[in-house]
Amino acid sequence: MTDPAAAVEPGVDVHEHAGIGDPNAHHHSPEQIRKEMRVYVTVFLGLAVLTAVTVYACYGLKLPVHTAIIVALIIASIKGFLVAGFFMHLLSEKKVIYGVLILTVVFFIFLMTLPISHHANPFGS
Amino acid sequence: MDAHASVGHAELEIPYNVHPRPDTGVYNAKLGIWLFLASEVMLFGALFSSLILLRTGADSWPRGYDMLNVPLATFNTFILILSSVTVVMAWSHLRLGNLLKGRIYISVTILCALIFLVNKGFEYSHEFREGRFPKTNNFLAIYFTMTGLHGLHILGGVIVFLYFLGPGAKMWAHDPERYTNRIEVVGLYWHFVDLVWIFLFPILYLM
Repeated sequence: MTDPAAAVEPGVDVHEHAGIGDPNAHHHSPEQIRKEMRVYVTVFLGLAVLTAVTVYACYGLKLPVHTAIIVALIIASIKGFLVAGFFMHLLSEKKVIYGVLILTVVFFIFLMTLPISHHANPFGS
Repeated sequence: MDAHASVGHAELEIPYNVHPRPDTGVYNAKLGIWLFLASEVMLFGALFSSLILLRTGADSWPRGYDMLNVPLATFNTFILILSSVTVVMAWSHLRLGNLLKGRIYISVTILCALIFLVNKGFEYSHEFREGRFPKTNNFLAIYFTMTGLHGLHILGGVIVFLYFLGPGAKMWAHDPERYTNRIEVVGLYWHFVDLVWIFLFPILYLM
């Protein structure tokens, strides 16, 4: 078994500082934190690959506009999920944060539908 | 006398600066930054909405890559993603109690942000030399507005990171948990700035 203290640099008080920052992670051991760091690197590599795929599909292959929009937005959404879920820890966040975000999403959807309502307005033209 | 001073200091301390509030489950700064980010979503959301309105209402709309420098913007995207991972690595090392590595990763983040801004400067100067200004057409107007606002957010992040790398790091000596939380909070802001670019890049350059 690995001693958690052994994973930390000499002179560092593990018991004083480990697991701070994230309220969900107050009892995280140094080993768990190091595991999280490996996940961050994996997510970074995933984001880099997805960026390359987006550029190749939309710029390299010169996809038609409608196809390019669909492909680019799907990939961007996956990348957004990775950033928000892992880097911003939204996969394991508190209810109050989800509450704030649900309200934000509702208003954001309203903002995005404004152009549609403009085009659907028979009095606009 | 000393006892009175001690009590006075304790009374002045802002509660739930480090530990979670029992009712919300998070420390105050974390809830604060999420509320701020919610307002930022509305700010950029309004601009994305304007972009959709302009694009769907236009008779013709240029493909971004016909006008803009896609290879440079792709490189900038990698740089910004890299800066996002260096922030979480800084936070993780601080959680491990390692200030030195935390500061190294914060420095790398600042370096990435500066590279991003310099590249953006090259892009802008190239557009201006080609006679492409915000007044030229609606595409360039929304391009300069959105990337300019995003650039200002990058600059704001750099200033905050520089503070926590320099004078703000003194907090570590007497309150390491609070310092670590501050890096998490500025990190959340930074990831949001990255998130905005993740959508801006394909929408402006690749569609």
